[in-house]
Amino acid sequence: MITTLLRNGRVIDPANQRDEIADVLLVDGRIADPATAHGKKFEEIDCTGLVVAPGLIDIHVHFREPGQSAKETIGSGAKAAAAGGFTSVVCMPNTSPAIDSASVVGWVKDKARAEACVNVFPTGAITKGIAGEELAPIGAMFKAGIVALTDDGRCVQNHELMRRALEYARMFDLPIMDHCQDYNLVGKGVMHEGPTSAALGLEGWPSVGEEIIVQRNAQLAELTGTPVHCQHLSAAGSVRILRRVRARGIPITGEVCPHHIALTDESVRAFDTNYKMNPPLRTAHDVDALLEGIADGTVTILASDHAPHCAFEKEVEFDMAPFGILGLETELGLFLDILIHKKKVIDLPRLIELYTLNPARLLKLDRGTLSVGAPADVTLINPGLEWTVDKETSFSRSRNTPFHGWELKGRAVRTIVAGKTVWAV
Amino acid sequence: MIAWNRKDLVALEDLTPAEINHILDTAAAFKQVGTRDIKKVPSLRGQTLVNFFVEASTRTRTSFELAAVRLSADVVNISVSTSSLTKGETLKDTALNLQALHSDIIVLRHSSAGAAKFLAERLEASVINAGDGSHEHPTQALLDTFTIREKLGRVAGLHVAIIGDILFSRVARSNIHALLKLGARVTLVGPSTLVPREFERMGVAVTHRIDDVLEEVDVVNLLRIQHERQRQEYFPSLGEYTALFGLTKERAARLKPNALIMHPGPINRGVEIDSDIADSGRSVILDQVTNGLAVRMAVLYLCAGARGK
Repeated sequence: MITTLLRNGRVIDPANQRDEIADVLLVDGRIADPATAHGKKFEEIDCTGLVVAPGLIDIHVHFREPGQSAKETIGSGAKAAAAGGFTSVVCMPNTSPAIDSASVVGWVKDKARAEACVNVFPTGAITKGIAGEELAPIGAMFKAGIVALTDDGRCVQNHELMRRALEYARMFDLPIMDHCQDYNLVGKGVMHEGPTSAALGLEGWPSVGEEIIVQRNAQLAELTGTPVHCQHLSAAGSVRILRRVRARGIPITGEVCPHHIALTDESVRAFDTNYKMNPPLRTAHDVDALLEGIADGTVTILASDHAPHCAFEKEVEFDMAPFGILGLETELGLFLDILIHKKKVIDLPRLIELYTLNPARLLKLDRGTLSVGAPADVTLINPGLEWTVDKETSFSRSRNTPFHGWELKGRAVRTIVAGKTVWAV
Repeated sequence: MIAWNRKDLVALEDLTPAEINHILDTAAAFKQVGTRDIKKVPSLRGQTLVNFFVEASTRTRTSFELAAVRLSADVVNISVSTSSLTKGETLKDTALNLQALHSDIIVLRHSSAGAAKFLAERLEASVINAGDGSHEHPTQALLDTFTIREKLGRVAGLHVAIIGDILFSRVARSNIHALLKLGARVTLVGPSTLVPREFERMGVAVTHRIDDVLEEVDVVNLLRIQHERQRQEYFPSLGEYTALFGLTKERAARLKPNALIMHPGPINRGVEIDSDIADSGRSVILDQVTNGLAVRMAVLYLCAGARGK
């Protein structure tokens, strides 16, 4: 029996509305009542000055397996997650082959069991081959253990098909997570459409290409009653739509990634492909709207969209480079630095809620809380620790980050999964 | 004498007004050379210039080739059909191979914005941007500016209208930078789909009515309507484009008497410009071609010289 006592930390557990200096006891992979520690032998970790939070959950990562293990493996991605303070990740199905059948779901789960030091929850594709044409075997994938459906990286353009997917998913209580992008409006866009794209001669990816699908999803969530989660929101208009429809009780949520509040489209001026992501970096006005959305509860989930790519794939002409950047090891630091320290948008308990309780609720995971009996997934955070991002020390197999050299305040210092420390600073 | 320290010419946005004027002054000297019996000078003797054209072009490539020959450089032409890029080699690898063969100057035409900058940052050779996607085409704008200065005696204070498909035009963007840096006023004219208001942030005026500017401008620079780039319906038809934006005889008659009519070529007769107007004395289209040679000699000479420093 492994017993660990996390002594004297600031315990923040939004699920139980706790924020107090206390001890947390981990017994045999579960959270236990610290009062029962008397007379037991335990390992003690002094958490004075640290935040003791439920293990953080990143509901949007790309671990590239099967098929693209040069970019990332489930094992290397899991290490990067642990180093970022994450005890659970939700991996996207746009692999090669796509996670669009029970057998691939099973393969991912087996690989995760063998290699991953954190919990890896697979999602299944909405459509076969993520081609947007016919439904994937949703029932079979549900039985195999997916936690949500998504065609992430692509977006189902056929509204009728999306409606049927939502209706069908309701039988299994599976939410659908959508990458919101209208292909006709976006065309070959590679950066935000605006004065900067006009000046650079790069094809624009207009905000309306996202907003129109967020609105579509709201209408379909209302019609079908199935929850829709809008991934990586980037545009002010999307936040506005979400705020309005959520007020009417429509089951729709949204997530924000750190790069969309840390950077703007101006960064693209140097044609550095580490600033190329989908959806693209937008304007200071959009950043403000995303921050407002986080502040007023319109945005309920934070995530990374961790998207590793090999150096040689990124070191090409801007419009030919793949979209996406690393995220797992920098996201908590960026959000702490920006949301808590610099812009004071929300407080620490709220930030932890956006990374624990809310994603767990959306996906119906028995995690994201320090309730007695819950899995002993815990993240220790030092919110005041100053550190410098160094891409060379990343656990990811890739190095595509625009944040190399950034000085940040706040980070995870220890990651505990099922009672065992899987990473410590 | 103003120092020139750039081994590359990637974008006019990066240059100071003094640097632009320095190129134009150098070009004026080389233009003199072109009128002599012996047109060749030994400036780049022993150097190898690679015309690396990943996108089709005849006149720009020929102009660079002739400029290099006049400077006594050895020239190799690589076009997309013969290049390894079609075999899946990356731009970086192709360029490193060219460098391994000791190329001194690479003139790059490429369909991606930023491609010239990409190469310039990675190679010791001089990289000259001969057009990168819709981003910039510096030597075209320099020869346009040279022609304006030659014909009208100055650039500062003039009002230049650039008419046509601005959104996809590298010529327009380079001209905007050159003209604004040298003190001209610029108005962009074209359909609202191809001349979005966002361009105003660059410091230019935008209008969708050609008739509003005809009587005011000193120069009209007509851009080619690029059929191959019309991926969707940016305007209904060439006929409607001509009716709304073409420089017809009637419109040309309303221009100031000494206004210049320019076009980077190749022209679509009867589309953006009336055929007779293109051939008239007010059109300086062929002077632009002649001046292009002198401007490119100046650019090659200056950038090659900076590499040795």
